[in-house]
Amino acid sequence: MSILEKHKILEKNITLLSIFAFLVVTIGGIVQIAPLFWLENTIEDVEGMRPYTPLELTGRDIYVREGCYVCHSQMVRPMRDEVERYGHYSLAAESQYDHPFQWGSKRTGPDLARVGGRYSDEWHVDHMRDPQSVVPESVMPKYGFLENRMIEPTYIADLLKTHSLIGVPYTEEMIENAAADFEAQIDPFGDYDGLIERYGEKVNVRNFDGQPGISEADALIAYLQMLGTLVDFSTFTPVASR
Amino acid sequence: MARQPKKKNEVETTGHEWDGIEEYNNPLPRWWLWIFYACIVWGIWYTIAYPAWPMVQGATQGYLGWSTRANVAEEIATAEAANSEINERLASVELTAIADDPELAGYARSAGEAVFKTWCAQCHGSGAAGAKGYPNLQDDAWLWGGTMEDIHYSIAHGIRNEDDPDARYSEMPAFGDILEEPQIEQVVNYVMSMSPAYEPQDASLVSAGEEVYLDNCAACHGDDGKGDIFQGAPNLTDAIWLYGGDYETVKETVMNSRFGVMPPMGGAQLTEAKIRAVTTYVHQLGGGE
Repeated sequence: MSILEKHKILEKNITLLSIFAFLVVTIGGIVQIAPLFWLENTIEDVEGMRPYTPLELTGRDIYVREGCYVCHSQMVRPMRDEVERYGHYSLAAESQYDHPFQWGSKRTGPDLARVGGRYSDEWHVDHMRDPQSVVPESVMPKYGFLENRMIEPTYIADLLKTHSLIGVPYTEEMIENAAADFEAQIDPFGDYDGLIERYGEKVNVRNFDGQPGISEADALIAYLQMLGTLVDFSTFTPVASR
Repeated sequence: MARQPKKKNEVETTGHEWDGIEEYNNPLPRWWLWIFYACIVWGIWYTIAYPAWPMVQGATQGYLGWSTRANVAEEIATAEAANSEINERLASVELTAIADDPELAGYARSAGEAVFKTWCAQCHGSGAAGAKGYPNLQDDAWLWGGTMEDIHYSIAHGIRNEDDPDARYSEMPAFGDILEEPQIEQVVNYVMSMSPAYEPQDASLVSAGEEVYLDNCAACHGDDGKGDIFQGAPNLTDAIWLYGGDYETVKETVMNSRFGVMPPMGGAQLTEAKIRAVTTYVHQLGGGE
């Protein structure tokens, strides 16, 4: 009985077929996925990366909720035209604390991987309120309502804890002070030393939407203004083999 | 190309039978079969030639040594090398001398337009006509000066930003905390009376407003209201209004002040040659001094 004859047994027995199909897919999956966990050249350590501050993380959730990724990518591809337009191509490490990552697949609007610091906070407010007032060619919808939706850091510690469960290095101290850090980032006249100590010098502390209180617009702009700014590319030497 | 299928009885069946339907065991067409084999061979070659197989320490690098990062670095280096001579010249000559060299000026204008469309158009508009709160760069009104040096400084260091310690800086006080409501109404009417584009809402308040103006506003905007480019104080006597010259908007400006921010383009963002290119482009749009 040749091996092909024996194959008939599988073809005629649905349970056996399922078991063997599962085995084949498992082997294929292991070969593709498992090496990613230990291969050194898929994981590149980069200086300057830090977890998102509580306010930025909240802004990121708003970014995801509003579906910004449907029109905006967050990945500068390694091509000259993209590098000229957006800045240094994105590194895998730059989205290492993103769960899920926001690389996106469609660019109706521009890439946002390096939008941080490129425009003023006021521009972001004007642009959210009425994108066409500053970019007449734009087809972006209006997001002015974000300014009127005030937010509280009620569940922010839980949010950080959840992210730490899946590997983001939030310390106990960061989780404990999450609510305080959330509020400190919006007040440049307040005490934000703890926030800077925990998250680093590069944290923007400003009243992002220019209005009293912490609105969703504050959180979203805080997130946008730090995108792509963490790695100092003047000191970064790319390894060609990655 | 395909061989003709043999007729019934000349070819064996596969032996399968369902409800009396049998299946001929005709061979696959040759052309199809050879392409199929060629694809397998090509696939194996591809995984050897390019980075592919995950091993214990790292994935195979491929004998062609292909690298996306090396490719983009090379492409950028090639483009930079092609322009390096003229870029160096652009970065080293006197700013005011760029216009005297037709080749340099032509290059700076086209390169500057590309920089403008990438970095400046989002605020100042793709045609540089500006928007509410973002100055029009085509007219003769300049908040911080319209000479080549002034424009160059504004672009390189930006305005009222926190990223560059040398950024241009000035801050108008919010007079809502300083003046009384009637005084604000008076000064708003006086300011409107200065602009040819607007008539004061209540002409009877103008003369009282002038006094308020001279006490509170003239230090920056000048006794004559012509502004001061060293403080970024706008000229109030022309018809050009950055935020609007109607009663409500001027009142809002006086009460809460304005704080327009422009990010710096020097440092990590643009090279000196690119800054000079876009300076030249902005300067020749119509308002350059």
